[in-house]
Amino acid sequence: MPTTLTEPDVQRSSLRRWGPIVGAAVVWWVLYRANRPFWNWVVFDTAGMDPTSHWGEAVHFFFYDVSKIALLLSGVIYLVTVLRSFMSVERTRALLGGRREGVGNVAAAGLGVVTPFCSCSAVPVFMGFVAAGVPLGVTLSFLIASPMVNEVAIVLLFGLFGWKITALYIASGLLIAIVAGTLLGRMQLERWVEPFVFETKLRGKPIDPSKGLSWDDRLQMAREEVVSILRKVWPYLLVGIGVGAVIHGWAPETWFAAHATGPLGVPIAVGIGVPLYSNAAGVMPLVEVLYDKGVPMGTLLAFMMSVVALSLPELILLRRVLKPKLIATYVGVVATGILATGFMFNLVL
Amino acid sequence: MEIKILGTGCVNCNNLEANTRTALAELGLTVDIDKVTDPAEIVAWGVMSTPALVIDDEVVLSGRVPTARQLGELLATRS
Repeated sequence: MPTTLTEPDVQRSSLRRWGPIVGAAVVWWVLYRANRPFWNWVVFDTAGMDPTSHWGEAVHFFFYDVSKIALLLSGVIYLVTVLRSFMSVERTRALLGGRREGVGNVAAAGLGVVTPFCSCSAVPVFMGFVAAGVPLGVTLSFLIASPMVNEVAIVLLFGLFGWKITALYIASGLLIAIVAGTLLGRMQLERWVEPFVFETKLRGKPIDPSKGLSWDDRLQMAREEVVSILRKVWPYLLVGIGVGAVIHGWAPETWFAAHATGPLGVPIAVGIGVPLYSNAAGVMPLVEVLYDKGVPMGTLLAFMMSVVALSLPELILLRRVLKPKLIATYVGVVATGILATGFMFNLVL
Repeated sequence: MEIKILGTGCVNCNNLEANTRTALAELGLTVDIDKVTDPAEIVAWGVMSTPALVIDDEVVLSGRVPTARQLGELLATRS
């Protein structure tokens, strides 16, 4: 085997790497464009269902939405995972180390969006940040932004509501993370962090998982991530779209318009959203259909934020390092931020 | 050889353990795998991205799950 690759070898191997990706992108685009006409043809023309009937509407909504969301998710998660493989929590910690509060909170919220982060490593990340001297408030800004402004939510919002709503969601998610982290930092809550966190000594040189990867490694990680996310979200997605289809087909427009537009809409949405354990993929079909039925956008964004940003399993994990009072304060501050955002959007939009 | 897998018990940690076992079996090695789930101990290794693989008191891998074949190559250089 030659130790150095010749020019045609390099060309051939990069063709073998990128060729299938270009092909897949073209197929993806064709499927995405053909989705609506295809299900129109299957449900209305072939199966002969009436587009104006409850069943016709619900069945069409279900298949069309499952296909659309599955396509959006797989395409964008693939892309985002490849891009994010250049970032890591280790790199983020190095960037945040030694930053003051304020600038640090802004940086932490921004980095929370682009850093690959699994909520199962929330505890090691929290401890690693704090033990390395990242201020508590800055660490919390990171932990708030990371699940709230996540790629699944962004993709789905963009696909269903367009770029304006998506930009609003991202901006307000970042703002909540920055303000909540700053406030929590100011409250001097270190006494409510389990003491062993501050006593943890870091030994050994951390390994940065974003380094030393080949393009083939990154592309393979992206493929695995798509499979793993789809495997994780599909039950939520099917339930969400199923409930969405029922509302779409049967719930009368006037009921929601009459009951969900009052000032109580936002607190009710957050009250349901915080304990509800789902994810962006499960909630989005509901958000879409409720919007069609006249529920205001601010109420819906608040609902979605409270589902994805505050999740019970993550809070239970964090209990290992945070005392209950700090967890309660954390939930209170973030929920208040979400409420304020909901009210504001309902006024503005 | 001493092998530790650092992870809080998520799906990926189990995948890493399974792939490591496959790789060890293919190399014909019998090594006990020690699972470390205590976050304080994980962080003390300097690891934040779980799962991580520790061979003979050195972190060799963090934040990803390589295939059994890639792990085999890694283990072969260490044994």
